[in-house]
Amino acid sequence: MTDIPMDTMVRAAAHPRRDIGLKARYAAERRFRIYGVLAISVGLAFLAIMLITIVTKGYTAFWQTTVSLPISFDEKVIDPSNKRATDPNVLIKANYPKLAENALIAKLGINPDDKPAIKQLKAFLSEGARVQLRDIVAADPSVIGTTRNVNVLAAANLDSAFKGQIDLSVEEARRKVSDQQIAWMNKLKADGVMAEHFNTGLFSYGASSRPETSGMGVAIIGSFYMMVIVLLLALPIGVAASIYLEEFAKKNRFTDLIEVNINNLAAVPSIVFGLLGLAVFINFLGMPRSAAFVGGLVLTLMTLPTIIIATRAALAAVPPSIRAAALGLGASKMQMVFQHILPLAAPGILTGTIIGLARALGETAPLLLIGMVAFVADYPKTPFDPATALPVQIYMWANEAERAFVERMSGAIIILLVFLMAMNITAIVLRRRFERRW
Amino acid sequence: MSSLLVLAIVVAIGLVAFFVGRQRASAQDNGSVKPHSRAHYHGWWAFLLAVLPALLLLAVWTIGSSVYLDRHIHAALPERTADTKVASEALDVSLVKSLAKGLRKLDATTLAALPATFAELQPLLAAKGVALATDTQDYMIPIAVEANAVQNRLGLFGAIITFALSIGGAFYALRQIAPRARARNNVERLMLWGLLAASTIAILTTVGIVLSMLFQTITFFESVSPMSFFFGTVWDPRFSAAGSGGSQGQFGLIPLLAGTLYIAAVALVVAVPVGLMSAVYMSEYASRSVRSVVKPALELLAGIPTIVYGIFAVVTLGPFLRDLSAALTGGSPFIQGQSIFTAGLVMGVMLIPVVSSLSDDIITAVPRAMRDGSLGLGATRSETIKRVILPAALPGIVGAILLTASRAIGETMIVVLAAGVAANLTINPFEAMTTITVKIVNQLTGDLEFNSPQTLVAFALGLTLFALTLVMNIVALYIVRKYREQYE
Repeated sequence: MTDIPMDTMVRAAAHPRRDIGLKARYAAERRFRIYGVLAISVGLAFLAIMLITIVTKGYTAFWQTTVSLPISFDEKVIDPSNKRATDPNVLIKANYPKLAENALIAKLGINPDDKPAIKQLKAFLSEGARVQLRDIVAADPSVIGTTRNVNVLAAANLDSAFKGQIDLSVEEARRKVSDQQIAWMNKLKADGVMAEHFNTGLFSYGASSRPETSGMGVAIIGSFYMMVIVLLLALPIGVAASIYLEEFAKKNRFTDLIEVNINNLAAVPSIVFGLLGLAVFINFLGMPRSAAFVGGLVLTLMTLPTIIIATRAALAAVPPSIRAAALGLGASKMQMVFQHILPLAAPGILTGTIIGLARALGETAPLLLIGMVAFVADYPKTPFDPATALPVQIYMWANEAERAFVERMSGAIIILLVFLMAMNITAIVLRRRFERRW
Repeated sequence: MSSLLVLAIVVAIGLVAFFVGRQRASAQDNGSVKPHSRAHYHGWWAFLLAVLPALLLLAVWTIGSSVYLDRHIHAALPERTADTKVASEALDVSLVKSLAKGLRKLDATTLAALPATFAELQPLLAAKGVALATDTQDYMIPIAVEANAVQNRLGLFGAIITFALSIGGAFYALRQIAPRARARNNVERLMLWGLLAASTIAILTTVGIVLSMLFQTITFFESVSPMSFFFGTVWDPRFSAAGSGGSQGQFGLIPLLAGTLYIAAVALVVAVPVGLMSAVYMSEYASRSVRSVVKPALELLAGIPTIVYGIFAVVTLGPFLRDLSAALTGGSPFIQGQSIFTAGLVMGVMLIPVVSSLSDDIITAVPRAMRDGSLGLGATRSETIKRVILPAALPGIVGAILLTASRAIGETMIVVLAAGVAANLTINPFEAMTTITVKIVNQLTGDLEFNSPQTLVAFALGLTLFALTLVMNIVALYIVRKYREQYE
């Protein structure tokens, strides 16, 4: 046999490579990866755009413009006939706006007979100034006859102008603030008298027709009542129902039906729960409309399936060896569940509850139907008084056109998102800390 | 005696029974006979027997006595004649009840010398801060006084027998305490009934939803025919003023249903590709660090309330699209401020995390063996995903899409703010259409006259929505179950 040279053997052994279109396939692979990255970027971009637009529109709501004026509580204006000792109504109905106007006239050096200027002056300060001054006199009537420095709220249009939100290049007739008012504002600003302060009123005021005196106080308390009711009702009932379904119920068609039923309830649109609340609680049982109690009941029914599903998952995750060990040592079934399984499933139950509560906090649609879209100016003292909720307050402010309301609405959204983020982070932290891998 | 006070006393009796029972049980444990139950079970049994029957009786008694009081007032009222000044029977009864409630605030001396006419009585009540309707009649005053007396007697009697039952129950339980008494079994049986009651609440909720909406819908179909509701193409409810019996208006479902489905379709066109590709990328390609950042970010997107999405649509996105379309045509905008496109786009963004998390679960459930086999045969990763994994996960993904669609159909706040309220039928996605949920909110906020068709139609719409989402959820579940590959 002759020696076949090496290179011929190699060349004979190597088949020409079949064209399996590798280049195109690798290109397709690269394109596919890019699509994936694009998809994720789209989602994250929308998230970023939403958060940024809301924060930029809303952070100015946390500051409120006030004018610091020396108000002389002139007895001739408040109580000209000196009847305040006998008639308490005198102090309530006194002409407080006049005091504020007088102080502003003095500060700006305007001629009191200049009618058009006085008209623009009246629109300079907020109508809430009346309440501010009235409360000062009511708290301490000895202030009558003295002069005191008071931070009077500026009107909403001036507040927007001060924050630079009004386009001053538009002609005067189409603007909300006149050139004269702008000139006064600049003068007061230069004097250091007109400035922005932290807007605690956003958290403490109730509903109002004027944006500078409206706040979320009622909404925060209403939401708080509803969250407490949901926690007190949904958690025990949900855990009890799950324990029964998971541990004690016989596995037959009926319990299968219950399970399908609960999974369906978790996917029912929230507005249907609102209809249920309207028909049963308000119409049939005659409960008061706009009450936080009814809102709490509706939200409980909505949160119940979520808690049941989360609890069942937590209970099922506890290994059977613990159940067998407890029973083997002589515990009864009830003792096993409550003294061994439940404490071990507690972190999962807690996480599910917090997530359910966070969902309930952000729900608007069912509350709209049971009448919580109400103009409530005073704090609700009990859960049966008229109240409103944080997302509903945001919805009501969204329907107002004034710029200052838009600003407040965005500020309220920031606060709602902060609450929700705090709850979700608590849930995640708890889950990480107490999670046990069996 | 107020019910709250009776309740508090009954609970106090129960607590005393608990401590006495526990004490007695542990005192009896002298080591000769092994006790059947631990001491605190005897205490709990005493508590439960003292409290539960009494509370049940209290609840029944309160309801029964309020019914009895209503009947009594009804019977005491004079005959209604043509010139009776009060508008209706029910108004009569409720005026008497408010008067009785106000009379309770007066002190004893005023009550003894009660004026006979309402005109004289009103200032006395106003001084105590009680405001009453002006058409309270004079004949109501003695009826109200007597009603108060009857209520007091009923209350006292009820309180006495509640206390008797409570103390009786406590004594019965305490008498039974013995070392071999099966207290633990009794207590656990009651606990089991409690758990059972809690789980029936979940069923009752569904039953309540269906029944409550069904009754109102049946009433609605008495004034509007089902055919004209389900197949009507005009929605024009024409609110009539209360009691004026004005023209009825037309209640056609088709424009609303079309709007709902169109917006849901646009939302799915946005959400499904983005969500599915995100899930695929994160489960197949992403490194651990990328996954640990992106997954929480997408969950954040899921946690934002829908009202925030709606406001984003109406404040930012709507004007932006309108101005963009105006700039494109160089004049009038072809995208309206509120349009199907805007609402669908924002709803799609909201649904991205839903699709993503559902698909993620399904894709990771496909066994590694299939993935590795395909890669081993020389496929690229994208080919593996496109030809092996996605087909294997297809039933689950279809189920996820159906669940997402049912969420899109039931969504309210985004469409209330971003879609219009004008019910019209159009193909153009840049015009406004309205949905079922928007109309439910519109019909029920504002002045309500509860039995008019304008209000009842909201329940008919709600029942339709519930049925639609229920059918979609059941079909999704059925598809997943039937076509799911069994891998192990």
